[in-house]
Amino acid sequence: MNKFAQSNFQVPLSATVEAFIQESPSIFTLRLQLCDSTARDEYSFMPGQFNMLYLYGIGEVPISIVSDPVDSTLIDHTIRVVGRVTEGLAKLKVGDEVGIRGPFGRGWPLALARDKDLLIVTGGLGCAPVVAAINFALNRRAHYENIHIVQGVKHSDDLIWREQYDRWNQMNGVEVLLAADAAGPAWPFHTGQITELLDQVTLSDDSCLVLICGPEGMMKAAAEKLIDDGISPFSIYVSLERNMQCAVGHCGHCQMGPDFLCKDGPVFVYPDVRHRLMQEGI
Amino acid sequence: MEQQIPSFLLRNDLSVLLDLLVADGYQLHGPQVRDGAITYASISSLSDLPVGYQDQQKPGHYQLAEDHNKRFFHWANGPQALKPLLYPAREVLWQAKRNASGSIQFIVPVQSFEKIAVIGVKACDIAALKLQDQHFLQGEYVDPGYQARREGLLLVAVNCSYAASTCFCVSTGDGPSVESGFDIALTELDEGFLVAAGSEKGERFLTRLPLQNATAQQLDAATQQHETVAAMQTRRLEPIAVGQLNDAREHPQWQDIAERCLACGNCTMVCPTCFCHHQNDELVMKGDESQHIREWDSCFGESHGQLAGFQVRDTIKARYQQWMIHKLDSWQEQYGRSGCTGCGRCMSWCPAEIDFVAEANIIGGADE
Ligand code: SF4
Ligand code: SF4
Ligand code: FES
Repeated sequence: MNKFAQSNFQVPLSATVEAFIQESPSIFTLRLQLCDSTARDEYSFMPGQFNMLYLYGIGEVPISIVSDPVDSTLIDHTIRVVGRVTEGLAKLKVGDEVGIRGPFGRGWPLALARDKDLLIVTGGLGCAPVVAAINFALNRRAHYENIHIVQGVKHSDDLIWREQYDRWNQMNGVEVLLAADAAGPAWPFHTGQITELLDQVTLSDDSCLVLICGPEGMMKAAAEKLIDDGISPFSIYVSLERNMQCAVGHCGHCQMGPDFLCKDGPVFVYPDVRHRLMQEGI
Repeated sequence: MEQQIPSFLLRNDLSVLLDLLVADGYQLHGPQVRDGAITYASISSLSDLPVGYQDQQKPGHYQLAEDHNKRFFHWANGPQALKPLLYPAREVLWQAKRNASGSIQFIVPVQSFEKIAVIGVKACDIAALKLQDQHFLQGEYVDPGYQARREGLLLVAVNCSYAASTCFCVSTGDGPSVESGFDIALTELDEGFLVAAGSEKGERFLTRLPLQNATAQQLDAATQQHETVAAMQTRRLEPIAVGQLNDAREHPQWQDIAERCLACGNCTMVCPTCFCHHQNDELVMKGDESQHIREWDSCFGESHGQLAGFQVRDTIKARYQQWMIHKLDSWQEQYGRSGCTGCGRCMSWCPAEIDFVAEANIIGGADE
């Protein structure tokens, strides 16, 4: 853990909104910069980690960092409007201030994919944790064998970054597969379950690294399908979600069985959480 | 530190210890009778202690009676002990101030952390304190407020001479006598106390007390007392293996409990090991200042498992499972032992009279 998070973990630092990008009617990206220059220099993160963003007078929310860690002075957060704090964050303008605590949690073990295929599976709306992994991997294309991005959405209208997917698909050694449970008329991709799409992925071999993020049921279905197809469960990582308030393993809200998602996760190797996914009430 | 053979302190000379602690800058906290229960709060002299009181407890029931004994500590416990001292039920973590130009400043309120000596701490509460220490101090992140308060804490423990019907610390391995984690330990006999030091800090006070050598009879009486209290405990929590309750989520008893449980959260509020809290913001004054507040929370509450558009535990059954499975089962994976130290509070303060131990034994299979 870096020095910054260690000394400031309970108290936010002020940060300015450097850019506000509307990605879809309900999804936007906030580009933040810490006001204090020393803190800015000390700040560093890994893809898959998150920050607690504080909206003045309202409260904090855990938000995944999606930008590339190569520049840790501009920190991008892609946010979906789902509650009081995110509604307020959606109204911010360039120059406004918020608070940041972080980064927290364990991110994606991208180093394990070195010279191997990387398979990124994501479902649901704007699944920010994998966006971080995709950005990271594509910026370091040469580190991996082939990169496969499999994205499922409920409805074709929910897909954001459509042009980006098209651009990625053009890149050498990058395969993009999209599916929508329900599709509008001009949808050129697969209509149906994401698990069906996994049959179309052309992996070099079974020794790939798989990163999955999305609703628990989808993660479980995708992981189990890949295991059936011969991929080791220990090569599969999932990013989980729970109520988070302290982000440091103290407040108890993010517990899932014995794990505190904020500090033991949010990214877990699949066998560690396999029996817990979709278990009622856990 | 090794415990030595105890010395003896005359009953009223306990006040000498209190005076020494005060002279050393300690604020005194201790048990006293408030609102019909033993409550730990600030005390100034021996006369504040609950002399001659005894608690009668059973699920859904707590009553204090005067039984005319001359002892200070001849009772089991009350609703709270150490937890609120180290981990306040409500505190301001920080304040955010916003000026006219919109920039935000974060301020940590200046707090003075007093040195506090707690007189009369029971074994189950010292065991619970060790668990709270593990949670707030021994993980990756150290809670600064808890740490500051903890460093100023001196514990004068007392070995229990009485157990309520709700007590079961023998079966959890946490009592009725203290073994470690205290500065000074007392064993109360009719005419005074056997006294032992548990730390160098405690030892420094003992050397200044008017102590006598303990007699063989006194030592015998203490052993006898320990055995009597242990034997008084007919309630037993049967051992639970890691994963045992979690694997029993389908047991029909959960639904039976859910039909009685009111999800009031009392059990979690009185439990000395529960650590859950929520963090909320409250605007103050003209809206140019907001306070970030941390307050005890309960896994029985609506908001505990609430995520954007999704409730992790939307039934009382699921919440009761979280409470019991976390406490007795997943806690073992988190902290190397169960989260229950056998104090019995969750039963006495349960308005639905739910017997936590009996329920756990049923679900764990001990009662079949
Ligand atoms: S679970 Fe009940 S008996 Fe055990 S420590 Fe908590 S309040 Fe005491
Ligand atoms: S989850 Fe429930 S049982 Fe566990 S510490 Fe929190 S309030 Fe106590
Ligand atoms: S968010 Fe508080 S314990 Fe994980």
